[in-house]
Amino acid sequence: MTRSADLLRFNTCGSVDDGKSTLIGRLLYDSKSLMEDQIEALERSADITGAGQINLANLTDGLRAEREQGITIDVAYRYFATPRREFIIADTPGHVQYTRNMVTGASSSNLSVILVDARLGVIEQSRRHACIASLLRIPHLVVAVNKMDLVDWSEERFLEIRAQFEQFLPRLDMKDVAFIPVSALNGDNVVDPSPNAPWYGGPTLLGHLESVHIGSDWNLSEFRLPVQWVNRPNNPKHAGLHDFRGLSGQIAGGIVRRGQDIMALPSGFTSKVREIWTLDGSLREAFAPQSITLVLEHDIDVSRGDMLVDPAALPGAGGDLHARICWLHPRPLQAGRKYFLKHTTQTVQAVVTAIEHRINVATLDAEPGAPELAMNDIGEIRVRTSKPIVYDGYASNRLTGSFILIEQGTNATVGAGMLHPPAETAQPEYRDFVI
Amino acid sequence: MSNYYLDHLQYLETESIHIMREVAAEFERPALLFSGGKDSICLLRLAEKAFRPSELPMPLLNIDTGHHFPELNSFRDARAAELGAKLIVRTVEAALAKGVAVQSPGQVSRNHLQIPVLLAAIEEFRFDCCIGGARRDEEKARAKERFFSFRDGFGQWDPKNQRPEIWNLYNARINPGENMRVFPLSNWTEKDVWEYIGREKLAVPSIYFSHRRRVVRRHGQWLPVSELAPPKPGERVEDLVVRVRTIGDVISTGCVESPANSVADIISEIAVARVTERGSRADDKVSEAAMEDRKKAGYF
Ligand SMILES: Nc1nc2c(ncn2[C@@H]2O[C@H](COP(=O)(O)OP(=O)(O)O)[C@@H](O)[C@H]2O)c(=O)[nH]1
Repeated sequence: MTRSADLLRFNTCGSVDDGKSTLIGRLLYDSKSLMEDQIEALERSADITGAGQINLANLTDGLRAEREQGITIDVAYRYFATPRREFIIADTPGHVQYTRNMVTGASSSNLSVILVDARLGVIEQSRRHACIASLLRIPHLVVAVNKMDLVDWSEERFLEIRAQFEQFLPRLDMKDVAFIPVSALNGDNVVDPSPNAPWYGGPTLLGHLESVHIGSDWNLSEFRLPVQWVNRPNNPKHAGLHDFRGLSGQIAGGIVRRGQDIMALPSGFTSKVREIWTLDGSLREAFAPQSITLVLEHDIDVSRGDMLVDPAALPGAGGDLHARICWLHPRPLQAGRKYFLKHTTQTVQAVVTAIEHRINVATLDAEPGAPELAMNDIGEIRVRTSKPIVYDGYASNRLTGSFILIEQGTNATVGAGMLHPPAETAQPEYRDFVI
Repeated sequence: MSNYYLDHLQYLETESIHIMREVAAEFERPALLFSGGKDSICLLRLAEKAFRPSELPMPLLNIDTGHHFPELNSFRDARAAELGAKLIVRTVEAALAKGVAVQSPGQVSRNHLQIPVLLAAIEEFRFDCCIGGARRDEEKARAKERFFSFRDGFGQWDPKNQRPEIWNLYNARINPGENMRVFPLSNWTEKDVWEYIGREKLAVPSIYFSHRRRVVRRHGQWLPVSELAPPKPGERVEDLVVRVRTIGDVISTGCVESPANSVADIISEIAVARVTERGSRADDKVSEAAMEDRKKAGYF
């Protein structure tokens, strides 16, 4: 199969009026991703609002409610492609609900773009966005210093802002941070290099997005397959399928090879991979995040919610969990409340046993003594689940280290949790069991 | 470059398969909306990828306005039979006869009538989830749509009350009477859909390819002439070589002049196309908020 361009997911964040909508509009416009009817619609709304000028920001302001209130209420997704890459932009607004929205939009991002207004420099909101990106462990960060035209393209000012940000970086544990001076309004350094900043030798924003290395953003070292669906044909037409029993799922980490040893958790039953089944034929090996169906040598008892792992790299397990949580709902989190907890492919009952402290999202400092977590708060909590779950720390695997909390009754998704590394590795339930 | 990386189509594919399997595992009575259009053709292939060698664990459902292109319906029936899938068709015609749906006076289009017919089918079969082929790049209101789009007891979408979707964890829990619409192609663009059709060598209805058709110019687009949609006084009927980019009904689906005869032609046409595909559907032009209004009322 010929491989085509790969895909980069990124999100944009900035305070209101930093120029985020203009920047996205500019990326779409200058990369020729806009269509005639979209431009026509822009012109129509420009006439209606009377300003008479095309407003690139209108491109990303979707719902009527927003147009009426003049605010963006949620995450919106935009798509564009260049010959080198396809892009998914999660546009997350910067007003009060920013933490919730940013977590929602950025959880699967490879990269975050933080906008800073060159006149204002690094403000508290910029620090918050950087902290959230760091908490979510987004691998790459771009600080786009916008409105450079309003500071006469001063290199000094750019370096000053860069220094402000770098002062703050050591706490963030971010390995890849790029600084780019831009003017979203005029298009400098967004898609086309700017003649106004001869002192800047780096790539344009799009150039950087096209070339940043995302190949190692997935954990490829510890095999994890949360079992999603047991694939057992009912009335197979082919006799060979009578005994087919496949375990389907999306690989959450690592690589699996035909013939390798495998352990099912929490049971601890072991077997070998007989076949990696896909509609396109059997594979010799498969890796995260491919969706596959494994056929094992032995008919061990495995169902949805179990995890198949490499016995040489066991995950953790337990029912007493320590996690960071971002609270997403207007009804605050209080210790003692019961929720459903969805982790990989299983949902269990859970009770939040303690709120240890709130995290100051602008400094990452602990703020002890928080009786509850309100919407947009991030805090450290203890959770006890009705049965042990098999997991990794979020830092080593975003998929096996994360969970959501669901409110019982309303079924609202109320919390997004990131697990600390497990204290104990998984102990097979049936230790002495030998097939 | 390491061998362990996915290109954009492979990435979109694995994301969609994961969502399909979540639906099969979390819902009791799901259905897959299949019209025979290009997006639902991709959906069906993804369902095969997710569930083979088993049978598809859900029936296919189509709401037939009676204004479909005949090519589309015959394609739909043939494809369902080929896959051995169960196909359920509910028609606007029957719903009008039974009074389940009522046409507003003077209205010719039946697009809005799909809503009550779909809701009635959901009730009839007690479907708790319908998988649809909508994509976020189609339209502004869709850009905010979730993969798992929660609908209340009336099938309504409330843009302010959608569940946050974080990592690949989808909250599929609903109470009795409530419903979920799931859109596995949310992150796909028109270009991705055609590239996938090309890569997977999928058959599509002939009207996507260039053919001769009698059309009239109306509201800046070429509309097909048929018994249902005759030319208005003063309109000149032309015989042009056209194709359709997106299939609605025979009344409002605009045609584009195009010589594209193969999937490869279509892909290169899209690469330089200057009009989005929804730009060729008259029903969205009515107002900027047209789609949003229909979604709130329970549209797919
Ligand atoms: N001078 C100048 N103005 C800008 C630039 N980028 C955005 N603006 C203006 O800043 C205002 C806010 O921009 P907008 O994109 O709506 O900000 P958002 O709230 O972050 O989405 C608008 O009036 C823009 O025209 C820039 O690079 N230079």
